[in-house]
Parts: sequence; C-alpha cells; structure tokens
Amino acid sequence: MAAIEIQGLEKSYKTGFFGNKRKQGLKPLTLTVEEGEVFGCLGPNGAGKTTTLKLLLGLVFPTGGTARILGRPLDDIGVKRFIGFLPEQPYFYDHLTPLELLDYYARLSGVDARERKRKVDTALARVGMSDSAKTQLRKFSKGMLQRVGIAQAIVHDPKLVLLDEPMSGLDPIGRREVRDLVQQLNEEGKTIFFSTHILSDAETLCDRVAVLNKGELKGVGVVADLLHEVSGEVEVVCSGAQAIPALSALGAVCHATGNVVRALLPERSLENALAALRKSQARLISVTPVQATLEDYFLSRIGDEKPSEVKA
Amino acid sequence: MTGRLWAIAYNTYREAVRDRVLYNLILFALLIVGSSVIFGQISLQINRIVLINLGLTAISLFGIVIAIFIGIGLVSKEIEKKTLYTVLAARPVRRWEFITGKFLGLVMTLTVNALLMSVGFFAAVFYVSHRLGRGDLQLVTAVYFILLEFVMITALALLFSTFSTPVFSSIFAFAIFAIGTFGEDLRGIARMTSGVTHWAMTGAAYLVPNFAALNVISQVAHDTAVEPKLILLNTLYVLAYTAAVLTASVWIFERRNLK
Repeated sequence: MAAIEIQGLEKSYKTGFFGNKRKQGLKPLTLTVEEGEVFGCLGPNGAGKTTTLKLLLGLVFPTGGTARILGRPLDDIGVKRFIGFLPEQPYFYDHLTPLELLDYYARLSGVDARERKRKVDTALARVGMSDSAKTQLRKFSKGMLQRVGIAQAIVHDPKLVLLDEPMSGLDPIGRREVRDLVQQLNEEGKTIFFSTHILSDAETLCDRVAVLNKGELKGVGVVADLLHEVSGEVEVVCSGAQAIPALSALGAVCHATGNVVRALLPERSLENALAALRKSQARLISVTPVQATLEDYFLSRIGDEKPSEVKA
Repeated sequence: MTGRLWAIAYNTYREAVRDRVLYNLILFALLIVGSSVIFGQISLQINRIVLINLGLTAISLFGIVIAIFIGIGLVSKEIEKKTLYTVLAARPVRRWEFITGKFLGLVMTLTVNALLMSVGFFAAVFYVSHRLGRGDLQLVTAVYFILLEFVMITALALLFSTFSTPVFSSIFAFAIFAIGTFGEDLRGIARMTSGVTHWAMTGAAYLVPNFAALNVISQVAHDTAVEPKLILLNTLYVLAYTAAVLTASVWIFERRNLK
C-alpha cells in the first residue's frame, strides 16, 4: 500500500477585488509515495510545496483531483492518528512548557492516558529537550522551537511524518541532528515526506524526490536515476596542448595548465576524443566520469523559470 | 470527542490565565473597596444600592471586555500564528470540535473570573448590610444573567473571529453589544411600524441579541424580585441564540481555507 497517492490534485485561489480572477497554486499533481520511503519535495519558494502539504492535511481544500493517505481518503479524520506534521517556521502555544505542549497534542491524538507520559518523555528525549521540558516555550530560541516541533510531530508514534522545511533556519549542527533523526525515524519504518529547498539535505536523505516549480511537477524519481539523467559527462586529462582544437571541435570545454589539458565533454564523444588524442599524439593521463549533483538536476528542471508568486 | 473538547477548552483557559487576564480582579477589588468606603459615608441604604449597581455593572463590563478582546482572537490569532496547524492538520480534531472547545474555554475563563468577583462583591454587600438574607438570592440571579450575557457575547466574538480581522471583529462585537442593550426598544419600534418595514424591523430586532432582557441589575438593587419564569425564558433564549451563532461559526470555519 502506498503511504500517499495523489491523483490530479490541484488548487487555485480566487484573486482580485471581486474574486473574479483565479491564480493556480498547484497545477494537477499526480504522485505516489511508497511506505517506508524518505521522499523529498523540492522547489524554490512559492513552488507549491507547502500548498501540497496543506492539501494533504486538509488545511486547504482542493479545487480538483483526489488523494489518499495510508489508503484512506483525505476527509477520513481517523487517518490523522497516524500522521505527524511539522509546519514551516513552527510557532506553538508559548504559554506552555514542552511537557505540557506534548501532553496536549498527545491527548488530541487520542494517546491512551497510561501511555501518554512515557511517549511525551521519549519524544522529548529524542530531540534532546528533556532538560528544558519545564521551561515556557516563550523563552526558547528558534532552534529549540524546531526541536519541540519535531517532538510534537512524533509524540503519538505516527506511521507517516510530514515535515515542511525542517532544516530551515537551523545552524549546521541543528541540521545534522535533524538529518540523523529523519534517518532514525525511517529506520524504524516510518515514511517521511518533507519539503525543502536545501538540496544537499535532500540528496543525503531521500530515496526519491519530486521537483516542483510554479505549482507544477517538473520531475520525480529515484535520486540516483535522476542524477544519471543530467550526468553523462566525462573529464579527460591529457598531456599535450596541441589536442585542444580537436577536443573543442567535439564540444569539450578545455582548460590548460602548461601542457596539461582538462577537457569536460559529453560521454558519447569519449571514443572520438580518445581517437583525437592519438591522432595529435597527446598522452592520456585519466578519464573520470563526472558525478552530477541534485542541484544540477534541479537547475536542469527549473531552468531559467522564475518561481511562482503564489504562496499558501 | 469529549476528551479533545476538554483538552482544547482547558488549553484556552490556561492561556488566558497565564496571559494574566485574571489581573483585572485587582482592579475590581479596588473599585469595590473604594466605593464601599466612599458611599458608606452617605447612608446605609444608598450605599447598598450604589454598591450593588456598581458591583454588578463592573462584573458585567469587565467580563464583556474580556470576552470581546479574547474572543475576537480565538480563531484569527490561531490562524495568524499558525498554532492551529498542528492541531487541525495532524490530529483527529474536527473543526467543529476546535470551535466548540475554544468557546467553552473562554466561557470557563469568564465564569471563574465572574465567580471570583462575585465572592468579593458578596463580601462587600455583607460588609455594608451586615447581613446576607434570602432576599439577596436575587443578586445571585443577576450574576447568573451576567454569565448568560458572557455566553452570548463570547459566541458572537468567536463568530466574527472565524472570518474577520481582530480590529473589525472587535468593532462588530462592541457594536452588537451596544445595539443589544437596547434590544427591547428595537422590538418596541418594530411593533409600531407596518408593512415591509415592520417585517424588516422585526427581523433585525430578533437578529440582534437581546441583552436588555438579561439586565436586572437596577431591579435587584432596589430589592424587586426577578420572576422564575424570566430565568427560564432567558436561559432558553441564550441557549438557542448561542447554538445558532456557534452553528454559523462552524459553518463558516468548516469551509475556510487555512492559508
């Protein structure tokens, strides 16, 4: 069973003084997230990532399409017992302490009274907040609030955890801790769906990613497969500057340091490049496949498009 | 369901208490003590009338102001601060449960506030009259009617909070309260008109909450009995009106995109 199945889900908003214009927040989106996956939803600000999350969580209503979470339709309130959610830049009831806040959320999630204290203590310990459990949230820094946010998302032991920009605003240590926690949760069998614009985090954590821009799905797949789509380049290093014209003719980008030439060219031109080296009597030093990054893929999908202004 | 309602209500109450809403009790205490001392120098009977008028009016006004200022933020503040995302998005909480829980939480806050004020008020009456008799039960009825006022104004403030900004909500709520205090006059005017105007005026008069019917402060200050029938009718009226307003709030909130 898929953790999330989205079929043509879309959202448009009425705009203008009389509400007679419409702006598309999310164009019809079809996507499946399998159980046990870490799935990343990537895109610049205003791409439709948060809108997608809000549609899945019933905070905004779709203008078209359907979706199912853990095999149940979106309007099935019971499925929410199995979902954890961390909103972007979380703000909680700051008159409460983390202990009280998590107890409140656990009550709302229907956690049994006998289990509640243990689950609250465990969640706080997992995010390293046990020592500050009785301090009012209004005295917390942003990083501490983010930790409490993650604790509230997992306090009721959900099967599916949705995180909206979980690393946003965190320092490198905080980001590392969140990454480790996401990996731990995934190892426990939980499905993780998170939105981010920090590509290195997605590359480290995700099994699959989807790229959104202007409310439209630009690509989706296993990270390694996607990277393969944009890689296919090799770096040829040789000794012999006389080979530069021949390599350039094959579409290579050449940089020479003294007599040593580094040429970056498409993988399909490798055989011709090696022949050109032999012909110009240059000496081959190395041939190395170029490793593409998620950023390369992201930029290849987004291109020069400016992000949408719709932000929900 | 009951557990979730109670949790939301208790959280609302706890927020109000920790935001020092009950500090108004200090001001109330100063007012009661001050008036007892000042008017005590005039005569016993006048002092009692003034004290009852002033005390009950203060209980009512303090509560109304709190009900409006907290009530208008019950939903809009949660949307603005996004605190309700973690409640409605990933907890099995229905939107009507959220609205009802918030309403009950504020009514609970106002009730505790009014009861604490009432203790001070009755102590002051006892201090002035040197006794509390069966006749003073009318004062309890007046406090009960004030609580009914709070229930209605809380429901109205909450209704405005579901679709409007705090500034406009407070203007609407105070305006409705002010018009409602002339509820009986509105109905009187409606009776004097005819034709379409009569129907329009009657509709408007019954749409506005009749706070005038709940105000028996002057009556009890002059030891005039409140009829049991009025207690029953007022209770039923407030229950019906509040239920209608809460239903409207839920209807609006259920359809709202929480952007």
